[in-house]
Amino acid sequence: MAARGDRVRVTGPDRRSRPVPRRRDLHAQTALGDLYLRSLLRAQLRLAAVVVGVLMLTVGALPVLFVVLPGLVDRTLLGVPVPWVVIGVVTYPWLVVLGWWFVRRAERNESRFAELVEELEA
Amino acid sequence: MTALPSLLAVALVTVMTLALGTWGVRLSRTSSDFMVASRTVRPGMNAAAVSGEYLSGASFLGIAALLLTFGAEVLWYPVGWTAGYLVLLTLVAAPLRRSGAYTLPDFAEARLASPLVRNVCSTLVVAIGWLYLVPQMEGAGITLTAATGAPSWVGPVVVGAVVLVAVAGGGMRSITLVQAFQYWLKLTALLVPAAVLLAVWAADDARPTVGAAGAWSTPLTSDVAGLYTTYSLILATFLGTMGLPHVVVRFYTSPDGRAARRTTLGVLALVGGFYLLPPAYAALGRAYGVADDATLVLDLPRLVVPGVVGDVLTGLVTAGAFAAFLSTSSGLAVAVSGVLTQDVTSRGLPGIRTMSDITAFRLAAIISVVVPTLAALALPNLGIARAVGLAFAVAASTFCPLLLLGIWWRRLTPPGAVAGLLTGGAGSMAAVAWSMGHGGFADSDAWLDVLLTQPAAWTVPMAFTVMIVVSLLTRSRVPAHTQRFLVRLHTPEALELERAP
Repeated sequence: MAARGDRVRVTGPDRRSRPVPRRRDLHAQTALGDLYLRSLLRAQLRLAAVVVGVLMLTVGALPVLFVVLPGLVDRTLLGVPVPWVVIGVVTYPWLVVLGWWFVRRAERNESRFAELVEELEA
Repeated sequence: MTALPSLLAVALVTVMTLALGTWGVRLSRTSSDFMVASRTVRPGMNAAAVSGEYLSGASFLGIAALLLTFGAEVLWYPVGWTAGYLVLLTLVAAPLRRSGAYTLPDFAEARLASPLVRNVCSTLVVAIGWLYLVPQMEGAGITLTAATGAPSWVGPVVVGAVVLVAVAGGGMRSITLVQAFQYWLKLTALLVPAAVLLAVWAADDARPTVGAAGAWSTPLTSDVAGLYTTYSLILATFLGTMGLPHVVVRFYTSPDGRAARRTTLGVLALVGGFYLLPPAYAALGRAYGVADDATLVLDLPRLVVPGVVGDVLTGLVTAGAFAAFLSTSSGLAVAVSGVLTQDVTSRGLPGIRTMSDITAFRLAAIISVVVPTLAALALPNLGIARAVGLAFAVAASTFCPLLLLGIWWRRLTPPGAVAGLLTGGAGSMAAVAWSMGHGGFADSDAWLDVLLTQPAAWTVPMAFTVMIVVSLLTRSRVPAHTQRFLVRLHTPEALELERAP
């Protein structure tokens, strides 16, 4: 990395050369490396699918809920009609909870993967 | 009624934006600073910057106005604009950062090693960027007219000029600072007047009631067309966020994949918190008998609290609205000029053989701001939230399949990507053109109208299908480095640091 104040003439990543293989990448060409990656990829994809699935079953199911139970529109919660409370208020903290849970699990998957790699290399 | 507080507010926001931009210039000496803030932006700062950039005039003014007119069915817009970040967080954030790509075309080229894919992506970035910029400029015109009585061409010209100076002068680092500042400014500018107005309303013994029951609180019409429209909007916003050029650029400024995830989580909280406010304005507007008003947020303070307090509050919301136009426009201008720099101006223009990197960036900045400013003055106004919604539909129909399949599917090929991008792009752009001609609304219940007003529900699956089928048909074209590249996308950086010799 250049010292502060040095002029570095870079306008973005170098697009003309292929990514330089890192040590990590070399291992990936072996059967074992391939296995590591597949397991991490599968774990992360499964986690993402769970979170997006929960999102669709909760927030994504709201339109159907209001069509199936049209009476909800006339109900109120603390004086405010249910649609405003559920769609306009409750949804937002729920999205943060889902996101927070995902970040924790994704980082745990990665640490587990890192431990596995180091164990096998030791 | 006096326009003085509003004029002062606009002047103040403009001066502060330019001052922060100029101050940033001293910090950004090198062109890598210009482009990506040298990748040193921490999650807290970056989350505020992403949110500041993302919450455009559509969120600040457009949503409250549409909620007032159409009621609860508009709530899906802010919900989708927030939930899009959850989808982005789970499927895209960390791998995109680890790809090392600065823009979407960079990602496409690195993943597929194809200049053709890159050029298609660059064209789409510019198209989506401009599609998103035009309503910002038009909204700025309406805002200045409502707050100060200025002619409607003044807004686009002022926003265009300020953005140009801020972007061409300071690049990304100063923009990061400006954007983070503008998130908090926007939140304050919407929160404080809302609190005062609600207090005034609650203290009034003869307070008018909202009368919220019935059609105004119905979140969708319970027929097939209503369900289609709602789900199409949900699909466009949930999947479109990841394909917005100004959002993607921000991920490159995170130090690593984990920071990119934490940044996105911060954005979810900041954006979601902001969206709690527009319904309060809509409800108050309804209580005080406003029927239909594109600048409800600006007009409500003076209506509820006449006199000096009302004028000052109007000044505050005007400042927030102006900050919203400036921040989104400058974010888009940075993203569009980044792509134009790499793909057009730095390759040299006829008559000018060589240009320094910074000159190329500045020239690109001028092009990326002047074109949408002129378009805003010439094109019909669709209504800011609807027009922005169409930009989401285009992003969801093009970059969403490219990113998801590029990150998670090894068999993606360059011909598959190009075919999918062109199909999704053509379908959604046709819908945009149709909407421009029809004022942005379905004028009848005819299915053609419904399908073209909210195209995402058919264009997104179509783009995915074409991308997958063509990739499977061109199996021999899977890039040789696919495996290596996917390893890089999904491997934690910590591992590489520890293992470095």
